[in-house]
Amino acid sequence: MIGFILRRFLIIIPMALLVVSVTWGLIRVAPGNFYSDERNLPPEVEANIRQKYGLDLPWYQQYLMMLGNITCRTAPAGDTSTSGLRFNVFSTTIKCFDFGDSVKYVGQSVNEIIIRHLPYSATIGFLAYILALAIGLFAGNIAALKQNSAWDYSSMTAAMLGLSVPNFVLGPILVIVFSLWLFWLPPARWGGISNLVLPVITLSAIYMAYIARLTRAGMLEVMRSDYIRTARAKGLDEKNVLLKHGLRGGIVPVVSYTGPALAGLLAGTVVVEKVFAIPGLGNIFIQSVLNRDEPLTLGIVAFLSILIMVFNLIVDISYGFLDPRIRYD
Amino acid sequence: MQIGEIADLSEIEHDDRKRLVGLGLLMLVGLSLIALHFSSYTEYFSGFGLIVFLVVFLSLTAYAVWSVRTSRGNSLWADAWKRLLKNKLAVFGLIVVWSMVLLVAVGPTLVYLLNGFTPDYIPTGVEGGDRVRSFAPSLMHPMGTDDQGRDLLARVLQGGRISLMVGIISTVVSLIVGVSWGAVAGFVGGRIDNIMMRIVDIIYSVPYILVVIVLLNVFGGPNLAFLISALPAIILAIAILALLVWFFGRVYRLLKEHFAPRVNPLLLKVFMVLFALLCVGLAVEAMLINAWMHTAFLGQFGGWIADKFLATAGQGLSQIFLLFFALGLVSWLTMARVVRGQILSLKNQEFVLAARATGVSTFGIIFRHLVPNALGPVIVYATLTVPSVMLAEAFLSFLGLGVQAPYASWGSLASDGIKNIQIFPWQMLFPGVTMALTLFSLNFLGDGLRDALDPQTRKF
Amino acid sequence: MENNGTILSVKDLKTYFQTEDGIVKAVDGISFELEKGETLGIVGESGSGKSVTNLSVMRLIPEPPGKIVGGDIVFDGIDVRALPIEDVRKIRGKRIAMIFQDPMTSLNPFLKISTQLMEVTRLHLGHTKKEAYEHGVKMLETVGIPDPRSRMDGYPHELSGGMRQRVMIAMALSCDPELLIADEPTTALDVTIQAQILELIKDLKARMGTSVILITHDLGVVAGMTDKIIVMYAGKVFEQAPTKELFATPANPYTKGLLKSVPDPAHEQGEPLYQIPGLPPDVAHLPPGCPFAERCDRAEEMCRTEYPPFVQISEGHHSLCHFAKEVYEESKIERSTSSARMNK
Repeated sequence: MIGFILRRFLIIIPMALLVVSVTWGLIRVAPGNFYSDERNLPPEVEANIRQKYGLDLPWYQQYLMMLGNITCRTAPAGDTSTSGLRFNVFSTTIKCFDFGDSVKYVGQSVNEIIIRHLPYSATIGFLAYILALAIGLFAGNIAALKQNSAWDYSSMTAAMLGLSVPNFVLGPILVIVFSLWLFWLPPARWGGISNLVLPVITLSAIYMAYIARLTRAGMLEVMRSDYIRTARAKGLDEKNVLLKHGLRGGIVPVVSYTGPALAGLLAGTVVVEKVFAIPGLGNIFIQSVLNRDEPLTLGIVAFLSILIMVFNLIVDISYGFLDPRIRYD
Repeated sequence: MQIGEIADLSEIEHDDRKRLVGLGLLMLVGLSLIALHFSSYTEYFSGFGLIVFLVVFLSLTAYAVWSVRTSRGNSLWADAWKRLLKNKLAVFGLIVVWSMVLLVAVGPTLVYLLNGFTPDYIPTGVEGGDRVRSFAPSLMHPMGTDDQGRDLLARVLQGGRISLMVGIISTVVSLIVGVSWGAVAGFVGGRIDNIMMRIVDIIYSVPYILVVIVLLNVFGGPNLAFLISALPAIILAIAILALLVWFFGRVYRLLKEHFAPRVNPLLLKVFMVLFALLCVGLAVEAMLINAWMHTAFLGQFGGWIADKFLATAGQGLSQIFLLFFALGLVSWLTMARVVRGQILSLKNQEFVLAARATGVSTFGIIFRHLVPNALGPVIVYATLTVPSVMLAEAFLSFLGLGVQAPYASWGSLASDGIKNIQIFPWQMLFPGVTMALTLFSLNFLGDGLRDALDPQTRKF
Repeated sequence: MENNGTILSVKDLKTYFQTEDGIVKAVDGISFELEKGETLGIVGESGSGKSVTNLSVMRLIPEPPGKIVGGDIVFDGIDVRALPIEDVRKIRGKRIAMIFQDPMTSLNPFLKISTQLMEVTRLHLGHTKKEAYEHGVKMLETVGIPDPRSRMDGYPHELSGGMRQRVMIAMALSCDPELLIADEPTTALDVTIQAQILELIKDLKARMGTSVILITHDLGVVAGMTDKIIVMYAGKVFEQAPTKELFATPANPYTKGLLKSVPDPAHEQGEPLYQIPGLPPDVAHLPPGCPFAERCDRAEEMCRTEYPPFVQISEGHHSLCHFAKEVYEESKIERSTSSARMNK
């Protein structure tokens, strides 16, 4: 088990580097540059910029430099930048995870920007996921338990609606109803708990719907299985049959959906941040791509892909707790 | 119930012919929709395109009804179809999707004939001369107008074409890539399967929207010409690599079979390492030659294509084409997994052994025997891919990366409407609701198809 | 109702399923009685309704699509059909226990064996955790599982098929039930294991005095274990007789066919094994006459148009056939000639 986790953990590093490399390649292959929209740049200035960012070097040197910076390398003498982790080994200083400075937000390091904006996105994303899990599991179980009842139909229709209404439509509608008509909740911006309600609901809607549908399908499948019949033949009541015998098998699909859901949540926050004017990481990322702010894009890509891979690992580990038949070796 | 119990051989041929005719008609519908769309951007009253479309579309419908009516016996498909028709929600979805395709195809022309509005007609000299030009829904403008005064109904109908086309074409792209990838991985198996699936895993762990954004932003706009000019070299590179992999695989197997029994295993290992190095070297060499060819003449050829393309299609349209491919290229992953799973469970069955024994080639086995048999889940998954791709397009349009003016899609219309949602709620409501209704129906249709095609649900 | 010796009596039971193809009469008018301490065998091909009969007795038919539409089920003087479901649950597992066909899927793969064993006794006998655990260990020992204490904390997938079926039996017998229903308990097991499991059931039955209903499609299984046998076909009882009599003098062509198709090691080699021609009928669309007529080698025109009568041959021996008496007489003659041949 520990060996498995360790191996999977180690594999994340090359995988993340691969993702970063592909992204770097994509950005570099395209013509244009971050300074190219500043018109009529005198050649000397351009040469200066190119030299400053190392763009005058051959591409493989630039690539290796980029890789070295974001993994580990010895810090050059006189380097005072605070970004990245620093270790002192004997007399040399080793720097790790240094994504450099943003080329658009001059003087701010990528790590700084990520750390500043992450809490907003993380709060909303986490709360939305908890909400989606709670309501999705509940609705899915009810629907499965009372299959073909009014409960089933209404919750599944609601779930289908959740899947079909884009969240940038849902968000404004919620704002109109709850902020502009009823004056219950603030329409936008970051602040107290009441500011969180609408963004979290908007973000979680689609995951709620997905989880409810997965739970229902999973539970129906499990409730048809032989061991549920055995449990009933033992004289257990329906509540016990469902909770003790059914639930564990029924939520396996939900657990495996957790990984992809996280990826989706990260993308979904972009919309929510835009609609509710929240200074989260999603918009920073979109802006960085639009600005051709390469260090920032790479930093966020690396961060997100590592996050997703760690999450997938957690999902795989939790399978082991859920299903005793799975062995890691 | 005996699946695949067919009375005589003529029936198989009969069914195959039927399917072929259906597929052909479906393709014609798509093609005529595209033709209709682009013809009506240049001239609004395009009667000829409309008539062609209507003929093809209605004959497809008639054909579908006829083939279901006449299908004999209990073939798998006829059975599934019967089950689908019993599912009220799926039938609702089918009808809505069917009428939506018809509506967006004939709609703009009808609006033009009835009210005289085209999707991008901006009225001049509006009464009062004030700057507010958005009119509430009325008889004249059933869905109101946008803030330029353009008729929203016409725009929603026109936008529906793009939204539906994004859904369909991207799904076809994802189908082509996903089915080939999954089928090859599942059939070849072993180490190649492992590598191919790890690649899928890696791409899976990148938020897909990130890839699309990078693709669209990096290659969109003026940079598209660059991408198109590189296409010949890229296609050639893929072809060369595929050929090399196939060739080395052959040689490897031959060598192994020939040498393995008589050579010292250690020696064999050394030999194999050398062989692998040779393969890699040759591949690199081939790529270098390819790069040289690109600078020498392929690039010019590609540039010529790019010029031609951009001259006819224009900026906005090429962005839409890029969108088709970008969305298709990120949604094939699950498809590949689904197909691989199906192929894995099918490939050890007897009919494959029989085909092998009679000397059918690997390619023939994969695409003639395995893929058709894995079709059920693929169809189901494709139906569910369409709405998700449409949603992704709307999301991109919302971010300003998708369809751009003067072109419109439901997503871009709805996101344009959001800005004025307090004053002119209809600007967002009508496109949003139309889109939600379509997605809703597609999802129900997909669900119904899954229930109909999945034998699991047959248990009672 | 008088029930000196009768533990279970089923009268004219009808269980139907609503499917896409119409109503499937999975069980259509089954009647039988089971005395205390007796063993009843129910034999039939798959789809003949034998499992549905017993699930109906436990009220375990999934509803919808299934439904018990008619008949009486009386267990120890209690009308099971009229009982509220909470009271049925008190009977399930405690007074009537069941063993299912496939031990691979019938045990919950997600739960420890101890959890699954303890659940029953804690529910029905009010055991504390500790008592339930000790009882579980004892039961595992009883069914012959080596090292029961360490097995208790294992999971089902760590056991072989035979061992799992033993766990199922231990679970079923935990509350010392009055009736044990074994639904094809050996079908999914290897032949050598089959004999062990059957021997175990027989042994436990003798020790505990439980009544047993043994469902199987294999006549060889019921031969040595049962007191009487019901032969089912297409949801109906085709023949009902004490075991010895059924094997000696079957009065129904279907039973005869089944008996002939049992491989007999003593049989002369080279002679092909008998097969009943054709396939079981589609229960959703039964013909008006005898459901077996299409496959019967002595069917006449009458068989295809008229539904056969349920003829009494002798005390406790009934057969559903137009020619029940004739078949019975033929069987008698065959028997005497073959025994005469043996004697020679």
